[in-house]
Amino acid sequence: MKQCIRAASIAALAAAGFCTPSFAQAPQNFDAVKIDTLKVRDNIYMLVGSGGNITVQVGDEGVLLVDTQYAPLSDKILAAIRAISPKPIYYIVDTHHHGDHTGGNANLRAAGTTVSGGNMAGAIRDSGVGAAIIAHENVLLRLSSDKGPQALPSGGWPTSTFFGNKKELFYNGEGIEIIHVPAAHTDGDSIVFFRRSDVISAGDVFVTTSYPFIDTASGGTYQGFVAALEKLVDIIIPVYGQDGGTLVIPGHGRISNLGDVLNYREMVIVVGDRIKHMIEAGMTLEQVKAAKPTVDYDPVYGARAGAAEGFIEATYRTLGAPPGDSR
Amino acid sequence: MTGFDPMRCTSRAAMLASLLLAAPGFAQVNFAGVWNMTLTEDFPDRLPGPELGDYAGLPLNANDRARAQSWNASILSLPDYQCRVHPSDYANSFADIRMWHEFDTTTQELIAIHIQHFAWNTQRTIWMDGRPHPHPMAEHTSMGFSTGEWVGNTLKVTTTHLKEGWLRRNGVARSDAATVTEHFIRHDNHLTWSVFVQDPKYLEEPFFRNRDYTAAVGDAISAYPCESVVEVVLPEQGYFPHYLPGENPFLIEYARNHKIPSEAAMGGAKTMYPEYRKRLVELSPP
Repeated sequence: MKQCIRAASIAALAAAGFCTPSFAQAPQNFDAVKIDTLKVRDNIYMLVGSGGNITVQVGDEGVLLVDTQYAPLSDKILAAIRAISPKPIYYIVDTHHHGDHTGGNANLRAAGTTVSGGNMAGAIRDSGVGAAIIAHENVLLRLSSDKGPQALPSGGWPTSTFFGNKKELFYNGEGIEIIHVPAAHTDGDSIVFFRRSDVISAGDVFVTTSYPFIDTASGGTYQGFVAALEKLVDIIIPVYGQDGGTLVIPGHGRISNLGDVLNYREMVIVVGDRIKHMIEAGMTLEQVKAAKPTVDYDPVYGARAGAAEGFIEATYRTLGAPPGDSR
Repeated sequence: MTGFDPMRCTSRAAMLASLLLAAPGFAQVNFAGVWNMTLTEDFPDRLPGPELGDYAGLPLNANDRARAQSWNASILSLPDYQCRVHPSDYANSFADIRMWHEFDTTTQELIAIHIQHFAWNTQRTIWMDGRPHPHPMAEHTSMGFSTGEWVGNTLKVTTTHLKEGWLRRNGVARSDAATVTEHFIRHDNHLTWSVFVQDPKYLEEPFFRNRDYTAAVGDAISAYPCESVVEVVLPEQGYFPHYLPGENPFLIEYARNHKIPSEAAMGGAKTMYPEYRKRLVELSPP
């Protein structure tokens, strides 16, 4: 299995870097990456390595993953999963198509299995091969349309897609809602709500480490990003104040609760309002950047080079840049 | 008078050693009970609450100042914010507390010291059993993760994993990167509780806050329920009250009402020190 994973990794490694402007930038030395396992609640774990956080749900039926990080890390990720559960991986859910979340799809799918039979056999000849990869259909469209050396091999593409608002599963004793949040970070984002565990895997519509990366080239918009955060806030019920209760595994960063999401939403809305006001005043993008509308939040979210500028630009463009301002 | 007895000497040395090894036990001070806060220090900043635009004496940096200046008190009417608690590094300013010690019933070793604040009914745990602080990616909370140690008769507490909170409840933020060091010092029936906040993101220098409490024999902590309600119909999705830069009409009030130069009211590390009085002479109130 390890050899298989390494072989697949060679092709998938390139895919890790295809999402250039964001968190998806491939790290230089995967050998140095360590996979840390954090218990979130009962049967839910968060794996932290390089790339997006991985959610692991385990139970009597098997293992469900949300996102897969980079392909070269698959051996380490699989070892971390095995330290939690010996059960087979049945499901992988992709929160979106970026390589830092899907690069390990093919490897980890190959390490898993799907129960086939009945209407899940016959015409679907590979239905029992590997774990099922679930995602919004736009994830498949984007992954399958990528060409060249950076494209994700077809073995890593979603095998079960959905359109509309959500897809539901009942697995390991709990209902799981895979909720599509349109046109947010990309046009294929999903948040995954584990209803009994009361945990949400948010993908990159919520991170604690940086300003939002709104991938406008992949259909992301400021308005959709705000709506996705509102959806999270709507689902979360704290124990008291803004602590406890529903926990959120962000696309990047630490385990969070309502207060963290509210703080993030505050930043997104306040900065967006400032930019909207500047657009209404006729300011160009360069003038908006020079006005530093993120200055008060930079120490918290601006550590990543270009993060503030990228957020400002995406917000400026999707909120309606003045006609003729294409800079 | 007896001669030198090696066995007896060894036995006594062993007993002494065991007592010394248990030295932390001797250093342990009993904080258990209810403590009434003494409000005389910084009273206007505490129960009445800080005035808008009053950042004097806070070592906040320019980023934090900009953030505070955009703060709008209307956020306190939002359902998600109505029960927002004061974080553990600020909570000692507002209400009576109950402290109690938790012991291992077998070994009688101190496991933890707990604090219940009347305000917002928040509880925190100070772990005394030497456990490490959690992974950096573990959940952050309003109370944070605290470990304690005895330094003589003083309880020294280190807190990490704090979620972002207010350094002062008029919009001055303390970031989630802060580390807080506290000292609990008991003088008979008086408790001094000092808080030392180091925030590399929002403070130019560490911030120090000191509060005093008095033992309250037989007193109790009252309940403090909080239930969020919709107070106003919110305009639309994506609404968060704030002031655009330069448009907060209330920033000038504190300086004007107290005849304090605006520069001083806006705070910064320099405003903490006595030398700043020389600078004040050069400035005029608005």
